[in-house]
Amino acid sequence: MPRTAFTPSITSRPTYAPLRPHPAAPALMLADADGAEALMELAAADPALMARAHVIYIPAGAAHGPGLRALGSAMYHEAPSFAAATERFRKALTDARMGTQLYLAGTEGLIGQATAEALAAGLPADAIQAEHRGTIARRMQCVHCKGMTEDVTTDPFTCAHCGLVLFVRDHFSRRLGAFQGVCVDAETPGILPETQEIRA
Amino acid sequence: MNALELRVAAVDPISPLVTRFRFEHPEGATLPPFSGGAHVVVEMPDDGILRRNAYSLISDPLDGRAYEIAVRREDTGRGGSRFMHHRVKAGDMLRVTRPINLFSLDLRARKHVLIGGGIGITPFLAQLAQLTRLQAPFELHYAARTRSEAAGLSLLPDMPQVHVHISDEGNRMDLGAILGHQPLGTHVYTCGPEGLIAAVDDTAARLGWPRGALHSEAFLAPPPGTPFAVTLASGRRIEVGPHESLLEALEAAEVPVDWSCRGGACGRCETRVAACHGRIEHNDHWLTDDEKAAQTKIMPCVSRFAGETLTLDL
Repeated sequence: MPRTAFTPSITSRPTYAPLRPHPAAPALMLADADGAEALMELAAADPALMARAHVIYIPAGAAHGPGLRALGSAMYHEAPSFAAATERFRKALTDARMGTQLYLAGTEGLIGQATAEALAAGLPADAIQAEHRGTIARRMQCVHCKGMTEDVTTDPFTCAHCGLVLFVRDHFSRRLGAFQGVCVDAETPGILPETQEIRA
Repeated sequence: MNALELRVAAVDPISPLVTRFRFEHPEGATLPPFSGGAHVVVEMPDDGILRRNAYSLISDPLDGRAYEIAVRREDTGRGGSRFMHHRVKAGDMLRVTRPINLFSLDLRARKHVLIGGGIGITPFLAQLAQLTRLQAPFELHYAARTRSEAAGLSLLPDMPQVHVHISDEGNRMDLGAILGHQPLGTHVYTCGPEGLIAAVDDTAARLGWPRGALHSEAFLAPPPGTPFAVTLASGRRIEVGPHESLLEALEAAEVPVDWSCRGGACGRCETRVAACHGRIEHNDHWLTDDEKAAQTKIMPCVSRFAGETLTLDL
């Protein structure tokens, strides 16, 4: 799947530039699903990069694993979910030294959560690159019960935790790595707008 | 400028070239606290010329009893440091500005690495006190060519975080080793000669450090040069002598110009150029290369001029 292009949106909406190889620096790479394609293009742009790279991949049903592994990174690991990859990712950040570049590729949920982890570990924001690939499904936080609902593709959607019907806001929390959903029928209970597919 | 009239409480030679000055309020009042890396500008009435030099404060930022500075004598300079060394005695009254900080610690950092060369150790002395009080992780590296040039040695506390590199004794500072193994969230601060700052920037870039984690300060002395003249918007002509800065000449002519660091770093005295037939000798760190090439702005604190006419928007 090609790069995801966004229509111009509100200013708090993050945009993700294409990954560019940073010469000589050690690399930590984290990708999910179609994000693997962005890492393959990155490796093609600088073949020397993978020898310094620690790659963590979350296939999420995509078939890019063997291709990504074949790039010959210094370390390669697959995990079934971001939660399952978190301990390894945190350990890699703990061991990392200044100069390390973090490359993130894939869904906004992955980019947001991994960025929040990296910043909490002390990695400077300007050492993090990200590229959005694949689904435009959103990771949503319910502002009422604070529960996270993954892979939201419609507006409104039903909170997986408290069951409220939530309006999908463009408001993105960098701290949480998630968009925010607000009760859509608070003042007119039961009267709901027509469900639409989320556009980029 | 918002200055304090302070009494020179002590003058202590630290080395053949470096002297420490201690300033106290004449009535014993508490001086405003500052943050590590702050400087003051000392006014020196030198035979009709009012010199003003910026010096980093080296005393404890929270010790309101006194301000201390360390001044290195520059025998080939314009005379400010010679005035401090030869003319200033304990008991004298001098005008000293309130502290301003252009080189503060970034307190979001997880760790601070301070790299000083020569007299560039001065801003770090107050930062050491601040970091110790904050219990923040840090390391300090002080580099000098020879032990006799390392005047800062006697000012540095004996702490395990303080590392001294004397190149003549074979332990030259290895920037690659210092910057190559720092934990995430480390910020680096450099003060000293231009060559040291450039070396830290180059090494950090090679190792992949982002720019936002790098900080430096280099105050420049206004360089002497050949005399020149500037024209003001009113048509008035001001002559600038060989050992005088444009800013000093403007001040002597009672033309108001705002200023802060007087060393080409802070940008406060930026002045628009209305017309320029000739070449502005930009010596500052403030203007971008494009702005310097355009010759439409000048920093009167350190810049000079060669050519036919320079008209300032003053």
